[in-house]
Amino acid sequence: MGANEFLFLLIGLKWTIALSVIGFVGGGVFGLGVALARTSGIPLLERVTSGYIAIFQGTPLLMQLFVVYYGLALIGLKLDSWVAVSIGFTLHASAYLGEIWRGSIEAVPKGQTEAAKALSLNYVSRMKDVILPQAIRISLPATIGFLVQLIKGTSLAAIVGFTELARAGNIISNQIFQPLLVFGIVGALYFVMCWPLSLVGARLERQFAAATR
Amino acid sequence: MNSQSATAPAQGAEAMIKMAGVEKWYGEFKALTDINLSVRQGEKIVLCGPSGSGKSTLIRCINHLEPYQKGEIRVGGTVLSDDSRIIDAIRREVGMVFQHFNLFPHLTVLENCMLAPMRSLRASKAQAEATARRLLGRVKIAEQAEKYPAQLSGGQQQRVAIARALCMQPKVMLFDEPTSALDPEMVKEVLDTMTGLAEEGMTMICVTHEMGFARQVADRVIFMASGAIVEEAPPAEFFTKPRHERTRQFLGEILRKH
Ligand SMILES: Nc1ncnc2c1ncn2[C@@H]1O[C@H](COP(=O)(O)OP(=O)(O)OP(=O)(O)O)[C@@H](O)[C@H]1O
Ligand SMILES: [Mg+2]
Repeated sequence: MGANEFLFLLIGLKWTIALSVIGFVGGGVFGLGVALARTSGIPLLERVTSGYIAIFQGTPLLMQLFVVYYGLALIGLKLDSWVAVSIGFTLHASAYLGEIWRGSIEAVPKGQTEAAKALSLNYVSRMKDVILPQAIRISLPATIGFLVQLIKGTSLAAIVGFTELARAGNIISNQIFQPLLVFGIVGALYFVMCWPLSLVGARLERQFAAATR
Repeated sequence: MNSQSATAPAQGAEAMIKMAGVEKWYGEFKALTDINLSVRQGEKIVLCGPSGSGKSTLIRCINHLEPYQKGEIRVGGTVLSDDSRIIDAIRREVGMVFQHFNLFPHLTVLENCMLAPMRSLRASKAQAEATARRLLGRVKIAEQAEKYPAQLSGGQQQRVAIARALCMQPKVMLFDEPTSALDPEMVKEVLDTMTGLAEEGMTMICVTHEMGFARQVADRVIFMASGAIVEEAPPAEFFTKPRHERTRQFLGEILRKH
Protein backbone atom coordinates (compact mmCIF):
# COMPACT_ATOMS: atom_id res chain seq x y z
CA MET A 1 0.00 0.00 0.00
CA GLY A 2 1.44 3.31 -1.06
CA ALA A 3 1.26 6.84 0.25
CA ASN A 4 -1.56 7.72 -2.11
CA GLU A 5 -3.74 4.95 -0.82
CA PHE A 6 -3.03 5.90 2.75
CA LEU A 7 -3.83 9.52 1.95
CA PHE A 8 -7.16 8.39 0.52
CA LEU A 9 -7.93 6.65 3.79
CA LEU A 10 -7.06 9.80 5.71
CA ILE A 11 -9.48 11.80 3.57
CA GLY A 12 -12.12 9.23 4.45
CA LEU A 13 -11.15 9.65 8.08
CA LYS A 14 -11.63 13.40 7.74
CA TRP A 15 -15.20 12.86 6.56
CA THR A 16 -15.87 10.39 9.33
CA ILE A 17 -14.73 12.97 11.86
CA ALA A 18 -16.70 15.75 10.14
CA LEU A 19 -19.84 13.65 10.12
CA SER A 20 -19.39 12.67 13.77
CA VAL A 21 -18.90 16.29 14.78
CA ILE A 22 -21.95 17.42 12.80
CA GLY A 23 -24.07 14.61 14.25
CA PHE A 24 -22.86 15.32 17.75
CA VAL A 25 -23.19 19.11 17.62
CA GLY A 26 -26.53 19.03 15.79
CA GLY A 27 -27.72 16.21 18.00
CA GLY A 28 -26.50 18.09 21.06
CA VAL A 29 -28.44 21.24 20.23
CA PHE A 30 -31.66 19.52 19.17
CA GLY A 31 -31.22 16.76 21.75
CA LEU A 32 -31.18 19.37 24.50
CA GLY A 33 -34.43 20.72 23.08
CA VAL A 34 -35.87 17.21 23.07
CA ALA A 35 -34.76 16.59 26.65
CA LEU A 36 -36.25 19.89 27.84
CA ALA A 37 -39.49 19.18 25.99
CA ARG A 38 -39.65 15.68 27.49
CA THR A 39 -39.34 17.11 31.00
CA SER A 40 -41.44 20.23 30.41
CA GLY A 41 -44.60 18.97 32.06
CA ILE A 42 -46.52 20.10 28.96
CA PRO A 43 -48.44 16.99 27.80
CA LEU A 44 -48.46 17.77 24.08
CA LEU A 45 -44.71 18.48 23.95
CA GLU A 46 -43.94 15.41 26.01
CA ARG A 47 -46.03 13.16 23.78
CA VAL A 48 -44.62 14.47 20.52
CA THR A 49 -41.01 14.15 21.65
CA SER A 50 -41.55 10.74 23.20
CA GLY A 51 -42.99 9.55 19.87
CA TYR A 52 -39.97 10.96 18.07
CA ILE A 53 -37.61 9.17 20.43
CA ALA A 54 -39.54 5.92 20.12
CA ILE A 55 -39.33 6.00 16.32
CA PHE A 56 -35.61 6.73 16.18
CA GLN A 57 -34.68 4.27 18.91
CA GLY A 58 -36.93 1.60 17.46
CA THR A 59 -35.58 1.57 13.91
CA PRO A 60 -32.08 0.87 12.53
CA LEU A 61 -29.86 3.84 11.79
CA LEU A 62 -29.33 2.45 8.32
CA MET A 63 -33.05 2.66 7.60
CA GLN A 64 -33.17 6.21 8.96
CA LEU A 65 -30.41 7.21 6.57
CA PHE A 66 -32.25 5.58 3.66
CA VAL A 67 -35.48 7.32 4.54
CA VAL A 68 -33.86 10.72 4.80
CA TYR A 69 -31.79 10.25 1.65
CA TYR A 70 -34.39 8.72 -0.65
CA GLY A 71 -37.41 10.14 1.16
CA LEU A 72 -36.27 13.73 0.75
CA ALA A 73 -35.45 13.02 -2.89
CA LEU A 74 -38.96 11.63 -3.38
CA ILE A 75 -40.58 14.84 -2.18
CA GLY A 76 -38.43 16.73 -4.62
CA LEU A 77 -35.59 17.78 -2.33
CA LYS A 78 -32.47 16.69 -4.16
CA LEU A 79 -29.82 17.00 -1.51
CA ASP A 80 -26.15 16.45 -1.67
CA SER A 81 -25.43 13.07 -0.08
CA TRP A 82 -23.46 14.62 2.72
CA VAL A 83 -26.23 17.09 3.56
CA ALA A 84 -28.75 14.24 3.66
CA VAL A 85 -26.44 12.14 5.80
CA SER A 86 -25.84 15.08 8.16
CA ILE A 87 -29.57 15.54 8.59
CA GLY A 88 -29.99 11.83 9.19
CA PHE A 89 -27.27 11.71 11.83
CA THR A 90 -28.55 14.85 13.52
CA LEU A 91 -32.06 13.41 13.78
CA HIS A 92 -30.68 10.14 15.06
CA ALA A 93 -28.37 11.73 17.62
CA SER A 94 -31.08 14.15 18.80
CA ALA A 95 -33.33 11.27 19.73
CA TYR A 96 -30.65 9.35 21.61
CA LEU A 97 -29.07 12.33 23.34
CA GLY A 98 -32.53 13.69 24.13
CA GLU A 99 -33.41 10.45 25.87
CA ILE A 100 -30.08 10.19 27.70
CA TRP A 101 -30.39 13.77 28.95
CA ARG A 102 -34.05 13.40 29.88
CA GLY A 103 -33.00 10.55 32.14
CA SER A 104 -30.19 12.66 33.64
CA ILE A 105 -32.44 15.65 34.23
CA GLU A 106 -34.89 13.40 36.02
CA ALA A 107 -32.06 11.85 38.02
CA VAL A 108 -31.23 15.19 39.66
CA PRO A 109 -32.94 15.02 43.06
CA LYS A 110 -36.29 16.77 43.25
CA GLY A 111 -35.10 18.78 46.23
CA GLN A 112 -32.81 20.73 43.88
CA THR A 113 -35.73 22.01 41.85
CA GLU A 114 -37.67 22.74 45.01
CA ALA A 115 -34.83 24.71 46.55
CA ALA A 116 -34.38 26.64 43.32
CA LYS A 117 -38.09 27.42 43.14
CA ALA A 118 -38.18 28.44 46.79
CA LEU A 119 -35.38 30.90 45.95
CA SER A 120 -37.66 32.29 43.21
CA LEU A 121 -35.35 31.24 40.39
CA ASN A 122 -37.26 31.14 37.10
CA TYR A 123 -37.33 28.18 34.71
CA VAL A 124 -34.36 29.31 32.64
CA SER A 125 -32.19 29.89 35.67
CA ARG A 126 -33.32 26.68 37.37
CA MET A 127 -32.26 24.73 34.30
CA LYS A 128 -29.12 26.66 33.38
CA ASP A 129 -27.71 27.24 36.85
CA VAL A 130 -28.99 24.33 38.90
CA ILE A 131 -30.34 21.31 37.03
CA LEU A 132 -28.35 21.04 33.79
CA PRO A 133 -24.87 21.37 35.34
CA GLN A 134 -25.74 18.41 37.56
CA ALA A 135 -27.53 16.50 34.81
CA ILE A 136 -24.55 16.84 32.47
CA ARG A 137 -22.29 15.24 35.05
CA ILE A 138 -24.73 12.42 35.53
CA SER A 139 -25.03 11.92 31.77
CA LEU A 140 -21.32 12.05 30.88
CA PRO A 141 -20.61 8.32 30.75
CA ALA A 142 -23.72 7.63 28.65
CA THR A 143 -23.12 10.68 26.46
CA ILE A 144 -19.55 9.69 25.66
CA GLY A 145 -20.66 6.10 25.13
CA PHE A 146 -23.17 7.34 22.59
CA LEU A 147 -20.54 9.49 20.88
CA VAL A 148 -18.40 6.40 20.39
CA GLN A 149 -21.40 4.57 18.91
CA LEU A 150 -22.05 7.54 16.65
CA ILE A 151 -18.49 7.55 15.31
CA LYS A 152 -18.72 3.89 14.50
CA GLY A 153 -22.20 4.40 13.08
CA THR A 154 -20.90 6.86 10.49
CA SER A 155 -19.66 3.83 8.53
CA LEU A 156 -23.31 3.28 7.55
CA ALA A 157 -23.20 6.51 5.58
CA ALA A 158 -21.26 4.53 2.96
CA ILE A 159 -24.53 2.93 1.93
CA VAL A 160 -25.84 6.15 0.41
CA GLY A 161 -22.62 6.78 -1.43
CA PHE A 162 -20.83 8.89 1.14
CA THR A 163 -17.09 8.18 1.12
CA GLU A 164 -16.11 8.12 4.75
CA LEU A 165 -13.42 5.98 6.33
CA ALA A 166 -15.08 2.56 5.95
CA ARG A 167 -16.03 3.12 2.32
CA ALA A 168 -12.60 4.55 1.57
CA GLY A 169 -11.18 1.34 3.00
CA ASN A 170 -13.43 -0.72 0.81
CA ILE A 171 -12.39 1.17 -2.30
CA ILE A 172 -8.67 0.84 -1.55
CA SER A 173 -9.02 -2.80 -0.65
CA ASN A 174 -10.66 -3.46 -4.00
CA GLN A 175 -7.80 -1.71 -5.74
CA ILE A 176 -4.81 -3.32 -4.05
CA PHE A 177 -6.32 -6.67 -3.00
CA GLN A 178 -4.92 -6.54 0.52
CA PRO A 179 -8.13 -6.51 2.56
CA LEU A 180 -6.51 -7.61 5.83
CA LEU A 181 -3.92 -4.86 5.72
CA VAL A 182 -6.37 -2.17 4.62
CA PHE A 183 -9.10 -3.03 7.08
CA GLY A 184 -6.49 -3.50 9.79
CA ILE A 185 -5.47 0.11 9.24
CA VAL A 186 -9.09 1.27 9.02
CA GLY A 187 -9.87 -0.53 12.29
CA ALA A 188 -6.83 1.03 13.94
CA LEU A 189 -7.97 4.48 12.85
CA TYR A 190 -11.42 3.93 14.38
CA PHE A 191 -9.78 2.64 17.52
CA VAL A 192 -7.53 5.69 17.78
CA MET A 193 -10.64 7.91 17.66
CA CYS A 194 -12.84 5.94 20.02
CA TRP A 195 -10.53 4.60 22.66
CA PRO A 196 -9.30 7.96 24.02
CA LEU A 197 -12.93 9.03 24.30
CA SER A 198 -13.71 5.99 26.37
CA LEU A 199 -10.73 6.78 28.57
CA VAL A 200 -11.77 10.40 28.98
CA GLY A 201 -15.30 9.27 29.82
CA ALA A 202 -14.07 6.94 32.50
CA ARG A 203 -11.78 9.59 33.95
CA LEU A 204 -14.43 12.32 34.05
CA GLU A 205 -16.79 9.90 35.70
CA ARG A 206 -14.26 9.19 38.44
CA GLN A 207 -13.46 12.90 38.89
CA PHE A 208 -17.08 13.92 39.27
CA ALA A 209 -17.77 11.05 41.59
CA ALA A 210 -14.92 12.28 43.78
CA ALA A 211 -15.98 15.92 43.60
CA THR A 212 -19.59 15.45 44.59
CA ARG A 213 -19.30 13.01 47.46
CA MET B 1 -62.31 18.84 65.53
CA ASN B 2 -61.00 21.86 63.77
CA SER B 3 -61.20 24.25 66.65
CA GLN B 4 -59.34 27.52 66.31
CA SER B 5 -57.92 28.75 69.55
CA ALA B 6 -59.43 31.85 71.06
CA THR B 7 -55.94 32.79 72.19
CA ALA B 8 -54.68 33.23 68.64
CA PRO B 9 -53.20 36.70 68.73
CA ALA B 10 -52.81 37.19 65.00
CA GLN B 11 -55.45 39.52 63.69
CA GLY B 12 -55.97 42.44 61.41
CA ALA B 13 -53.93 44.26 58.88
CA GLU B 14 -50.48 43.24 60.09
CA ALA B 15 -51.05 39.58 59.20
CA MET B 16 -47.92 38.54 57.33
CA ILE B 17 -49.45 35.27 56.26
CA LYS B 18 -53.13 34.54 56.20
CA MET B 19 -54.60 31.21 55.23
CA ALA B 20 -58.38 31.07 55.05
CA GLY B 21 -60.33 27.89 54.42
CA VAL B 22 -57.41 26.31 52.55
CA GLU B 23 -57.98 22.80 51.23
CA LYS B 24 -55.59 20.67 49.26
CA TRP B 25 -55.89 17.36 47.50
CA TYR B 26 -53.25 15.05 46.09
CA GLY B 27 -55.48 13.49 43.47
CA GLU B 28 -58.23 11.81 45.47
CA PHE B 29 -56.45 12.19 48.78
CA LYS B 30 -57.35 15.21 50.85
CA ALA B 31 -54.13 16.45 52.46
CA LEU B 32 -55.36 19.70 54.02
CA THR B 33 -58.81 20.40 55.45
CA ASP B 34 -60.10 23.90 56.12
CA ILE B 35 -56.82 25.45 57.23
CA ASN B 36 -57.25 28.84 58.88
CA LEU B 37 -54.06 30.41 60.09
CA SER B 38 -52.93 33.95 60.51
CA VAL B 39 -49.35 34.85 61.32
CA ARG B 40 -48.42 38.37 62.43
CA GLN B 41 -45.22 40.05 61.44
CA GLY B 42 -42.47 38.88 63.77
CA GLU B 43 -44.47 35.99 65.10
CA LYS B 44 -42.89 32.55 65.54
CA ILE B 45 -45.04 29.51 64.94
CA VAL B 46 -44.05 25.93 65.66
CA LEU B 47 -46.00 23.35 63.71
CA CYS B 48 -46.06 19.78 64.97
CA GLY B 49 -48.03 16.63 64.51
CA PRO B 50 -47.67 12.98 63.56
CA SER B 51 -46.08 11.86 60.32
CA GLY B 52 -48.40 12.37 57.37
CA SER B 53 -50.52 14.95 59.16
CA GLY B 54 -49.88 17.57 56.47
CA LYS B 55 -47.29 19.85 58.12
CA SER B 56 -44.98 19.93 55.12
CA THR B 57 -47.91 20.27 52.76
CA LEU B 58 -49.16 23.28 54.71
CA ILE B 59 -45.94 25.26 54.59
CA ARG B 60 -45.22 24.21 51.00
CA CYS B 61 -48.53 25.75 49.98
CA ILE B 62 -47.36 29.11 51.30
CA ASN B 63 -44.61 29.43 48.68
CA HIS B 64 -46.56 27.45 46.08
CA LEU B 65 -44.28 24.46 45.97
CA GLU B 66 -47.68 22.79 46.16
CA PRO B 67 -50.77 24.32 44.61
CA TYR B 68 -53.94 24.41 46.71
CA GLN B 69 -57.46 23.94 45.44
CA LYS B 70 -59.72 25.84 47.79
CA GLY B 71 -59.59 28.84 50.09
CA GLU B 72 -57.13 31.69 50.02
CA ILE B 73 -53.53 32.30 51.04
CA ARG B 74 -52.23 35.82 51.44
CA VAL B 75 -48.59 36.67 51.94
CA GLY B 76 -47.90 40.25 52.93
CA GLY B 77 -51.29 41.23 51.57
CA THR B 78 -50.83 39.60 48.15
CA VAL B 79 -53.22 36.82 47.27
CA LEU B 80 -51.28 33.77 46.10
CA SER B 81 -52.68 32.69 42.74
CA ASP B 82 -51.40 30.52 39.89
CA ASP B 83 -49.99 33.59 38.13
CA SER B 84 -46.27 32.99 37.80
CA ARG B 85 -45.40 36.65 38.46
CA ILE B 86 -47.28 36.55 41.75
CA ILE B 87 -45.69 33.24 42.68
CA ASP B 88 -42.24 34.69 41.93
CA ALA B 89 -42.97 37.81 43.94
CA ILE B 90 -44.11 35.78 46.93
CA ARG B 91 -41.14 33.44 46.71
CA ARG B 92 -38.83 36.44 46.88
CA GLU B 93 -40.36 37.32 50.25
CA VAL B 94 -40.52 33.81 51.67
CA GLY B 95 -37.39 31.82 52.46
CA MET B 96 -37.47 28.08 52.96
CA VAL B 97 -35.15 25.65 54.70
CA PHE B 98 -35.51 21.93 53.99
CA GLN B 99 -34.91 18.80 56.01
CA HIS B 100 -32.20 17.64 53.60
CA PHE B 101 -30.64 21.11 53.06
CA ASN B 102 -30.92 20.88 49.25
CA LEU B 103 -27.76 22.90 48.71
CA PHE B 104 -26.55 22.99 45.11
CA PRO B 105 -23.68 20.48 45.14
CA HIS B 106 -21.88 21.85 42.06
CA LEU B 107 -21.57 25.34 43.53
CA THR B 108 -19.41 26.55 46.39
CA VAL B 109 -21.00 27.74 49.60
CA LEU B 110 -20.52 31.32 48.46
CA GLU B 111 -21.98 30.65 45.01
CA ASN B 112 -24.95 28.90 46.60
CA CYS B 113 -25.66 32.10 48.48
CA MET B 114 -25.06 34.46 45.55
CA LEU B 115 -27.08 32.73 42.85
CA ALA B 116 -30.63 33.74 43.74
CA PRO B 117 -29.90 37.39 44.61
CA MET B 118 -28.09 37.80 41.28
CA ARG B 119 -30.76 36.04 39.25
CA SER B 120 -34.01 37.12 40.89
CA LEU B 121 -33.10 40.37 42.63
CA ARG B 122 -30.69 41.40 39.87
CA ALA B 123 -28.05 42.18 42.46
CA SER B 124 -24.57 42.88 41.12
CA LYS B 125 -21.91 40.27 41.75
CA ALA B 126 -20.16 42.50 44.27
CA GLN B 127 -23.39 43.22 46.13
CA ALA B 128 -24.39 39.58 46.18
CA GLU B 129 -20.97 38.55 47.43
CA ALA B 130 -20.95 41.17 50.18
CA THR B 131 -24.39 40.08 51.38
CA ALA B 132 -23.46 36.42 51.17
CA ARG B 133 -20.26 36.89 53.18
CA ARG B 134 -22.07 38.94 55.80
CA LEU B 135 -24.80 36.32 56.26
CA LEU B 136 -22.34 33.43 56.19
CA GLY B 137 -20.59 35.26 58.99
CA ARG B 138 -23.84 35.54 60.85
CA VAL B 139 -24.41 31.77 60.73
CA LYS B 140 -20.76 31.45 61.83
CA ILE B 141 -19.47 29.76 58.74
CA ALA B 142 -17.67 32.57 56.90
CA GLU B 143 -14.40 30.66 56.68
CA GLN B 144 -16.04 27.85 54.68
CA ALA B 145 -17.24 30.12 51.86
CA GLU B 146 -14.97 28.61 49.21
CA LYS B 147 -15.79 24.99 50.02
CA TYR B 148 -18.34 22.75 48.34
CA PRO B 149 -21.36 21.55 50.31
CA ALA B 150 -20.15 17.94 50.35
CA GLN B 151 -17.06 19.07 52.28
CA LEU B 152 -19.16 20.33 55.20
CA SER B 153 -20.87 18.57 58.09
CA GLY B 154 -24.66 18.30 58.13
CA GLY B 155 -25.00 21.06 60.68
CA GLN B 156 -22.76 23.36 58.66
CA GLN B 157 -24.70 22.58 55.50
CA GLN B 158 -27.97 23.44 57.16
CA ARG B 159 -26.54 26.74 58.41
CA VAL B 160 -25.42 27.50 54.84
CA ALA B 161 -28.96 26.72 53.69
CA ILE B 162 -30.28 29.21 56.23
CA ALA B 163 -27.80 31.84 55.06
CA ARG B 164 -28.69 31.15 51.43
CA ALA B 165 -32.36 31.78 52.18
CA LEU B 166 -31.53 34.92 54.17
CA CYS B 167 -29.54 36.36 51.26
CA MET B 168 -32.87 37.02 49.55
CA GLN B 169 -33.79 39.29 52.49
CA PRO B 170 -37.06 37.44 53.05
CA LYS B 171 -39.85 38.70 55.28
CA VAL B 172 -40.83 35.19 56.32
CA MET B 173 -38.85 32.01 56.86
CA LEU B 174 -40.33 28.54 56.59
CA PHE B 175 -38.48 25.61 58.16
CA ASP B 176 -39.42 22.03 57.35
CA GLU B 177 -37.88 19.78 60.03
CA PRO B 178 -34.50 21.49 59.68
CA THR B 179 -32.82 19.34 62.32
CA SER B 180 -34.33 15.93 61.79
CA ALA B 181 -31.72 14.76 59.29
CA LEU B 182 -28.86 15.84 61.57
CA ASP B 183 -26.69 13.88 63.94
CA PRO B 184 -27.68 14.75 67.51
CA GLU B 185 -24.51 16.73 68.21
CA MET B 186 -25.28 19.09 65.33
CA VAL B 187 -28.86 19.86 66.21
CA LYS B 188 -27.93 22.56 68.68
CA GLU B 189 -25.88 24.70 66.29
CA VAL B 190 -28.80 24.85 63.90
CA LEU B 191 -31.37 25.54 66.61
CA ASP B 192 -29.13 28.28 68.01
CA THR B 193 -28.99 29.87 64.56
CA MET B 194 -32.77 29.74 64.34
CA THR B 195 -33.16 31.16 67.83
CA GLY B 196 -30.87 34.04 66.88
CA LEU B 197 -32.99 34.71 63.84
CA ALA B 198 -36.14 34.68 65.97
CA GLU B 199 -34.61 37.15 68.40
CA GLU B 200 -33.95 39.53 65.54
CA GLY B 201 -37.65 39.56 64.80
CA MET B 202 -37.96 37.28 61.78
CA THR B 203 -41.42 35.92 61.07
CA MET B 204 -41.04 32.16 61.20
CA ILE B 205 -43.07 29.01 60.71
CA CYS B 206 -41.12 25.99 61.86
CA VAL B 207 -42.16 22.40 61.43
CA THR B 208 -40.16 20.71 64.17
CA HIS B 209 -40.42 18.22 66.96
CA GLU B 210 -37.77 20.00 69.00
CA MET B 211 -40.02 20.81 71.91
CA GLY B 212 -37.30 22.68 73.79
CA PHE B 213 -37.05 25.06 70.86
CA ALA B 214 -40.85 25.38 70.77
CA ARG B 215 -40.97 26.28 74.48
CA GLN B 216 -38.22 28.80 74.20
CA VAL B 217 -38.98 30.49 70.89
CA ALA B 218 -42.55 29.91 69.75
CA ASP B 219 -45.32 32.42 70.24
CA ARG B 220 -47.80 29.73 69.31
CA VAL B 221 -47.58 25.99 68.88
CA ILE B 222 -49.92 24.43 66.37
CA PHE B 223 -50.80 20.77 66.41
CA MET B 224 -52.02 19.11 63.21
CA ALA B 225 -53.52 15.71 62.62
CA SER B 226 -55.04 14.20 59.47
CA GLY B 227 -54.61 17.40 57.48
CA ALA B 228 -56.37 19.68 59.93
CA ILE B 229 -55.31 22.06 62.68
CA VAL B 230 -56.43 20.40 65.89
CA GLU B 231 -55.10 22.77 68.51
CA GLU B 232 -53.09 25.93 68.80
CA ALA B 233 -51.89 27.65 71.92
CA PRO B 234 -48.93 29.53 73.39
CA PRO B 235 -46.28 26.98 74.39
CA ALA B 236 -46.84 27.28 78.14
CA GLU B 237 -50.47 26.37 77.69
CA PHE B 238 -49.87 23.89 74.89
CA PHE B 239 -47.47 21.78 76.89
CA THR B 240 -49.14 21.98 80.29
CA LYS B 241 -52.82 21.76 79.51
CA PRO B 242 -53.49 20.49 76.02
CA ARG B 243 -57.23 20.42 75.44
CA HIS B 244 -57.51 17.61 72.92
CA GLU B 245 -56.99 13.94 73.48
CA ARG B 246 -54.97 13.60 70.25
CA THR B 247 -52.62 16.38 71.35
CA ARG B 248 -52.09 14.67 74.70
CA GLN B 249 -51.34 11.39 72.99
CA PHE B 250 -48.90 13.05 70.61
CA LEU B 251 -47.12 14.96 73.39
CA GLY B 252 -46.88 11.75 75.40
CA GLU B 253 -45.16 10.01 72.51
CA ILE B 254 -42.87 12.84 71.56
CA LEU B 255 -41.71 13.59 75.12
CA ARG B 256 -41.06 9.93 75.74
CA LYS B 257 -38.86 9.81 72.67
CA HIS B 258 -36.79 12.87 73.56
N1 LIG C 1 -46.78 14.35 46.23
C1 LIG C 1 -47.71 13.67 46.95
N2 LIG C 1 -48.60 12.88 46.32
C2 LIG C 1 -49.52 12.20 47.02
N3 LIG C 1 -49.67 12.25 48.35
C3 LIG C 1 -48.81 13.02 49.04
C4 LIG C 1 -47.79 13.77 48.36
N4 LIG C 1 -47.07 14.45 49.29
C5 LIG C 1 -47.65 14.13 50.48
N5 LIG C 1 -48.69 13.28 50.33
C6 LIG C 1 -49.54 12.75 51.39
O1 LIG C 1 -50.11 13.84 52.08
C7 LIG C 1 -50.11 13.60 53.47
C8 LIG C 1 -49.42 14.74 54.18
O2 LIG C 1 -48.06 14.70 53.85
P1 LIG C 1 -47.00 15.69 54.48
O3 LIG C 1 -45.70 15.42 53.82
O4 LIG C 1 -47.52 17.06 54.42
O5 LIG C 1 -46.97 15.19 55.98
P2 LIG C 1 -46.02 15.67 57.16
O6 LIG C 1 -46.91 16.07 58.29
O7 LIG C 1 -45.04 16.66 56.69
O8 LIG C 1 -45.32 14.31 57.55
P3 LIG C 1 -43.78 14.02 57.99
O9 LIG C 1 -43.70 14.29 59.45
O10 LIG C 1 -43.63 12.55 57.70
O11 LIG C 1 -42.89 14.88 57.17
C9 LIG C 1 -49.45 12.24 53.68
O12 LIG C 1 -50.47 11.29 53.88
C10 LIG C 1 -48.72 11.99 52.42
O13 LIG C 1 -48.71 10.62 52.14
MG1 LIG D 1 -42.95 16.62 56.35
